[in-house]
Amino acid sequence: MRHTPLHDEHEPLGGKMVEFGGWHMPVQYGPILEEVRRVRERVGLFDLSHMGRFNLTGPDAVAFVDHVATCYCARIPVNSIRYGLLCRPTGNPIDDILVYRGEDEVFLVVNAGNADADRDWLLAHTDGFDVTFEDQTDELAMIALQGPLSEESLARVTEDLDLSQLGYYKFAHGTVCGCPNVRVSRTGYTGEDGFEIYLPTDKAVGAWRSLLEAGQASGMAPIGLGARDTLRLEAGMPLYGHEIDAEHNPIEAGLKFGVSFHEEKGDWIGRAPLEALHTTPSRALVGLVTDGKRVPRQGYTLLDGEQAVGTICSGAVSPTVGKNIATAYLPLHLAQTGQVVDMDLRGKRQACTVVDLPFYSRKRS
Amino acid sequence: MRPDDRHYLPSHEWVKTDGDTVIFGITDYAVEELSHGNVDDLVYCDLPEPGRKLTQGETFGEIESVKAVADLNSPVAGEVVEVNKTIEDHLQVLAKDPWDKGWLIRVKPDDTSMSHLLDAEGYEASVGEADE
Repeated sequence: MRHTPLHDEHEPLGGKMVEFGGWHMPVQYGPILEEVRRVRERVGLFDLSHMGRFNLTGPDAVAFVDHVATCYCARIPVNSIRYGLLCRPTGNPIDDILVYRGEDEVFLVVNAGNADADRDWLLAHTDGFDVTFEDQTDELAMIALQGPLSEESLARVTEDLDLSQLGYYKFAHGTVCGCPNVRVSRTGYTGEDGFEIYLPTDKAVGAWRSLLEAGQASGMAPIGLGARDTLRLEAGMPLYGHEIDAEHNPIEAGLKFGVSFHEEKGDWIGRAPLEALHTTPSRALVGLVTDGKRVPRQGYTLLDGEQAVGTICSGAVSPTVGKNIATAYLPLHLAQTGQVVDMDLRGKRQACTVVDLPFYSRKRS
Repeated sequence: MRPDDRHYLPSHEWVKTDGDTVIFGITDYAVEELSHGNVDDLVYCDLPEPGRKLTQGETFGEIESVKAVADLNSPVAGEVVEVNKTIEDHLQVLAKDPWDKGWLIRVKPDDTSMSHLLDAEGYEASVGEADE
């Protein structure tokens, strides 16, 4: 199993370590539901150094991304970020990614478990593009601050960068914890305000400790992958291997906002099948809530009467909603708000009601 | 060392003879695996109704934490005669006292033989291997 530069920090903080995407990562430091609440109400610190990070440079970097990714890279303003996917020719995704458009480079953040496949896929499609690919996963640490008190916490250790002026899905560079030229983005995977920062591996431990100290006055604590999964599900954000995978395309997953059919983007990989599907989807990703005690889990079957109509993609105890929640694909005639389907629990049933996604969205000031 | 007055399954259930019936429970190891030491992360325990006939190794219930669900497997065959109803609403009992107050069900066994099960020493060894 691979270790992040912050690996040895986690267990002394109470971290329970598990395998995730080939990495040895903290699933939680304390009760998961408390960690979820802390991020919704205050601020949490996450080691995300397992995420894959690639840097693309060269005159065709933008054109290359427009060829392999679903979002329209040439239209992303410099210092902005967009969500997109890497798709197979069938339109089904290899991964979902964040695309950072820099002055002279395009920086991609990908899922840990798919990073090897992503790298192979990207390198296999560079023919005809003058682009240089650099895997920066091992040389950069990635740390997130998430929660309403993220800005005040990060500002205590940030110089020469006014965080209050950094908009959502924008990035800039500044001195963080004494480390110059750190990439800071106002992004995250929790549905809260927050930041993701990228700094050299050898500065990671010092920065992690400084951030925890600086965040103390705001009630900061480290947060594990367990709470992160609940937070992203509450916020209606997809996770590869759950809502999207080789069998589930971005249109049915409700990710059209990350897919551009703009003519000038050209013929990117997966465009034709997704464009066709765009007009004739057969199923849709829905949110489900259940009043029962059983927690929906990936793979559980959904029944309409005696007929199997879908499968749970993700499920969680949601302290924010106050119920157990899930996502699932349902045929369009059942994918209607208020529709009730049963979750099959080895013959026992528990009713689930279709609700609009996301389950939670923060009030923006 | 876990209690040596009972027998174990490698899947972390225990069975203890109590007169002409037996009681089933789960070990501290199972509770720790599910809750990672955070008892509030346990959310649900599904137990059978009295009268249910169980075969050896059959799944008789499930226990859930926020992030995981585990089967409860029957160490011996028999008929369920009593269920510890307090568990369902007080899952913290499982963390505080998995050996006594945290019992799950009482079963009238078809056969009193326990030779197919692990003793405390054997269970200890199997848990030790899992931790390595």
